[in-house]
Amino acid sequence: MARSTSGNGRARTARLRRVLGTPAGSSAAVLLGIVALLAIFAPILWSSDASAIDTSSILQGPSARHWVGTNGLGQDVFYQVLVASRLSVGLALAATGIGVACGLLLGTAPLIVGRRAGRFITSVINIAVAFPALLLALFFAIIFGIGAQGALLAIGFASAPAFARLVRTLSASVAGLDYIAAARIAGVSRFRLLTRHVLPNIGETLIVNATMAAGDALLSFAGLSFLGLGVQPPSYDWGQLLNNGLQGIYTRPAAAIAPGVAVVVAGLAFNLFGEALAAGLGVSPQNITAGVLGRLRGALAASAARAAAAEPPPSARTVPADSVLVVSNLEVAFPGGVHPVRGISFAVRRGEAVGVVGESGSGKSLTALAVSRLLERPARVSATEVTLLGRDVLAEAGRGRAAGAMSDRGLRRFLGTKAGLVFQDPMTSFNPVKRVGAQLAEVAAVHHGLSRRQAGARAVDRLRAVRIPRPEHRARQFPHELSGGMRQRAMIGMAVMGEPALVIADEPTTALDVTVQRQVLRLLKSIQADGDMALLFISHDITVVGQVCDRVLVMYAGKIVENLPVGQLTDASHPYTRALLAAVPSMETPRDRPLAVIPGRPADPANLPAGCAFAARCAFASDRCRAEDPPLVADLAGREVACWHVDAVLAGAPTAVAGAEALTADPESAGPAPISGEVA
Amino acid sequence: MMETPQAAAADSVLSRVAPANPGASASPWLRFAARRLGQLLVSALVLITASFLIIHLVPGDPVRAALGLDASQQLVDARRAALGLDNPLWLQYVDYLRNLFAGRFGTSITSGLPVSQVISQRLPFTLELAGYSFIVAVVVAVPLGLVLGVATRGGRRRGTELAFTSVSILLAAIPGFLLAVGLVYLFAVTLHWVPVAGESGFSSYLLPVASMAIGPAVVLARILRLEVIAALRADYVRTARAKRLPAWRIYLLHVLPNALTATLTICGLLLAAMIAGTVLVENVFAWPGLGSEIVASIIAKDYPVVQAIVLVYGTGVLLINLIVDVALALLDPRSTIRES
Repeated sequence: MARSTSGNGRARTARLRRVLGTPAGSSAAVLLGIVALLAIFAPILWSSDASAIDTSSILQGPSARHWVGTNGLGQDVFYQVLVASRLSVGLALAATGIGVACGLLLGTAPLIVGRRAGRFITSVINIAVAFPALLLALFFAIIFGIGAQGALLAIGFASAPAFARLVRTLSASVAGLDYIAAARIAGVSRFRLLTRHVLPNIGETLIVNATMAAGDALLSFAGLSFLGLGVQPPSYDWGQLLNNGLQGIYTRPAAAIAPGVAVVVAGLAFNLFGEALAAGLGVSPQNITAGVLGRLRGALAASAARAAAAEPPPSARTVPADSVLVVSNLEVAFPGGVHPVRGISFAVRRGEAVGVVGESGSGKSLTALAVSRLLERPARVSATEVTLLGRDVLAEAGRGRAAGAMSDRGLRRFLGTKAGLVFQDPMTSFNPVKRVGAQLAEVAAVHHGLSRRQAGARAVDRLRAVRIPRPEHRARQFPHELSGGMRQRAMIGMAVMGEPALVIADEPTTALDVTVQRQVLRLLKSIQADGDMALLFISHDITVVGQVCDRVLVMYAGKIVENLPVGQLTDASHPYTRALLAAVPSMETPRDRPLAVIPGRPADPANLPAGCAFAARCAFASDRCRAEDPPLVADLAGREVACWHVDAVLAGAPTAVAGAEALTADPESAGPAPISGEVA
Repeated sequence: MMETPQAAAADSVLSRVAPANPGASASPWLRFAARRLGQLLVSALVLITASFLIIHLVPGDPVRAALGLDASQQLVDARRAALGLDNPLWLQYVDYLRNLFAGRFGTSITSGLPVSQVISQRLPFTLELAGYSFIVAVVVAVPLGLVLGVATRGGRRRGTELAFTSVSILLAAIPGFLLAVGLVYLFAVTLHWVPVAGESGFSSYLLPVASMAIGPAVVLARILRLEVIAALRADYVRTARAKRLPAWRIYLLHVLPNALTATLTICGLLLAAMIAGTVLVENVFAWPGLGSEIVASIIAKDYPVVQAIVLVYGTGVLLINLIVDVALALLDPRSTIRES
């Protein structure tokens, strides 16, 4: 450990400073400092006060002279509590030291003594770890006998299995690293490997755990002494003072409370400092595993990490009369001025399949979630209009949002039956602990008021409709028992449990195998065609959109940049659409040339440029593009495009020479896009 | 635990393999049962051996220590013979095992009573205390964790979150027996609402149960809150919301089962720790359970009693671990299949 400290000591000092810089870290350090100072100086300063026998004031309550009263010999309990800090803290530290030392020995033994003996030691450790440390301490206390020495060994040995397991896990993970393997091949001895390579790497985690374990040892010692199995009179630690105090709790409760408070404060100081160390040194939560308390802590840290993960991603015209969904000026904003969706308008007609295509971060999925009212705080959704079958979805939602959930039962039933959703990952989109059939049946039971049996029958019927073989059997299974493709089909079945006028599918095939993708797409298409449903199909894959949809909305940086029928994709007039098409490899794509990609990075929604967001990646970009954002303009045929240079794009001549190489595949030389054949 | 990428990957592989191999659906459970049973047997054997060794590992003559220096040599010899301590060690071990399976735990050195009688008198009180405390902890923690998780999701109500986290850290840091001292002072000594010690009807349960339940309840609520927040962000909750289910249905039927499954292991740890905690809390309240008996027996060096109680505690812990593993396997079948 010393070696590694000297090795990158400066980085470590910096991290330590970071630990102490946080409010939690600094207050824990101050608390621990006070405990340490007391442990060092209290016996020197107040030993005589604590041991002074005053027969004139025996068993008294708190007074100005004796803050927490006196004991049976008239000794001042307050001074005794202060003086006892040395013995209490010292014994706890010593016990932790014993625990760490034994743990290191037992934990590294499997690396040294060979496979068979190592496995035996490991299994013994695993059995011992299953018992709470307090029970182990009690067991060892019986064997080592009553008294401070016996309790010290007992608590030390009781914490050893936990440390051994920690060391074992850590060293096993380190031992698997490449450089250890390299050293082993180079003929470095096992022992040397251990001291030079393994131990320095697990030192930090061990120190963090030892700090917390010291707090636990303090509490355990107080417990044993309190039971009369630890420190024996005339010596005294906090536990022993507590034991004395409890006998007189009626007459002078302060004498019991004071040592109790001391134990809690000191224990808290060690634990909080350990936690601050863990956070500051970046010890991963999985590695906080010493003992039952430690495993609780580890579980807490793991839960916290899980909760912290998956933060939500920061990311006036004529409408056809038969529109199922109408969206006008939809905006999605996140705190901090991020606008991933910036005022988009579109409509989906009855029975129409509309694809929304764009790179990740273009705002297409957020659009789908916003339209289906599934975005929660901190996302803010606004629009001049979002109507489904003529019913204003967003305005009613605005009123209901105060409660944090849909308050309008009617709206909920309307959306639940008229709008179906299919999500990207069928693996995670089903509740893992509920049966598939029950998850489908729920829709019918809640919104149609069907009985359990009727709802179940409808679920089986829908599973059959999405061509799942043996639907009665599958309905009784858990999601993990279905294959990915089958799960996504069940998801589609769930979306059509009601009589949806619109199905929104958010990247429904992205998580699936290529072979399964095609089946699911075909199913989606046939369900949509049979039921005369509208489909809003979100995808990053323009080829897939071409296979399924009638019309394509191309999104870039939160805006619709082009809106055109699938059949006309070959003469798309926006450079971005063309780039997307050119990036699709086809049978004619030359094998000896690198695959075409769209150069540059997608626009950052938090930091959008003035003017056209695509300008930085566009071969046609001019000064005007960089200054003014082109509006979405409709032509006579109803196609819409947002570009200043439509004519130049259609002519295929980049205006800016400097950006000529930006599009790897020239729109003309790319030939007819592969998609055209598949659409037909 | 629930949705790690590795788990999902393993899952997808399994689900694809499963149809091709129909027999595989039954065997993981058998393998799980066999492995878990083997684990239990080995642990039980280690536990029994450890309890057997107690009387042989204590320094000096255990019988002399128990009877005191004043006892006559004949008495000590007679007691030694009665305990079978003069036999060779292996024979003693065999006898110990045979007696255990016959339900004979020997007789107390100090009182002369059969140890099984002592245990059967004391055990119910300890089981009651631990059982009630665990139930109270769960009953308090589950609604608290769920409500707090829902209320503080996505950075809502930062103040509430901070207050709860701070209070829970403090409460969880106070061990049960110290909390017991504080509660006795407050409710028994100052307010006279409940008796200070002993078992005397309903009111005498309040303080022991409270002092054992508060810490675990707070820890459980804290973990549950985080699991609820994690579950609320899961895709399947989005699916449930897409189905436009009422909020209570989403929270109770979709979020809670998943969050609870994730806390099951913690519940086992808390219950095991609680059994150990009874030893201390029973001594605060002079509770007539195993905890006060084992301490008295340790001090009196009444080793047959000590051995038996160690065995009882250890068996309790092993059973809890078994129940948790089985429950986890039933509630989250993926974990079973994954391990075997």
